Amino acid sequence: MTAQASGSILLTHAIGLHARPSVKLTKLAKSFASAIRLGTGPDGPWIDAKSIVKVMAAKVPQGAKLHFEAEGSDASAAVAALVGLVERDFDGAEADAASG
Amino acid sequence: MSRNVGIVIVSHSTDVARGTADMVRQMVGSEVPLAFCGGDPGGGLGTNVEAIMRAIDAAWSEKGVAILVDLGGAETNSEMAIELQPPERQGKIVVCNAPIVEGAVMAATEASGGATLQEVKRTAEELSPT
Repeated sequence: MTAQASGSILLTHAIGLHARPSVKLTKLAKSFASAIRLGTGPDGPWIDAKSIVKVMAAKVPQGAKLHFEAEGSDASAAVAALVGLVERDFDGAEADAASG
Repeated sequence: MSRNVGIVIVSHSTDVARGTADMVRQMVGSEVPLAFCGGDPGGGLGTNVEAIMRAIDAAWSEKGVAILVDLGGAETNSEMAIELQPPERQGKIVVCNAPIVEGAVMAATEASGGATLQEVKRTAEELSPT
């Protein structure tokens, strides 16, 4: 069964998608079978949400809206989980923000 | 036995090696086998083959081990340590051509998702300056 899902969420994290949030996001994305892409705008540009190098290189700033699109058997769960992670401000990765 | 590729960090400095390992542990977590070595037995700067071999043993995974190195001798000694491994490990250990700190974090992130040794190496090397 292949399904598609998408969602978006405002990135509120203090200094944007820096190292630790990027690692958390990528690791979570990898836990799903679906192909997942991350866009910094509703029409892209799109990057592979499972690629730590690409996610970190995107240097998404605070206040940007993150768009997720997933395709695969667990697409809905993947988008919900990723939106949730950003919504929860990366589960405490803010401790890292102060020191960079 | 871990289902993930292991990571070995080899620096001339114990502090750099330990600090890099700390960053991997804190940023990526503990699901990736990880070991580090650095410095010479006298407490100075250097790398040595025996310590690298012990680190490979400590981080060993049937999926293989990716080694991140800093400068010159770290790479040649790592290659010597690989040559001295038993036949069943040959082909399952690689040295990544990547910056040691960034490469270790990227490699471990990739490894944590169950990636193959070649995928882990490719991800670490994707970082190289363009």
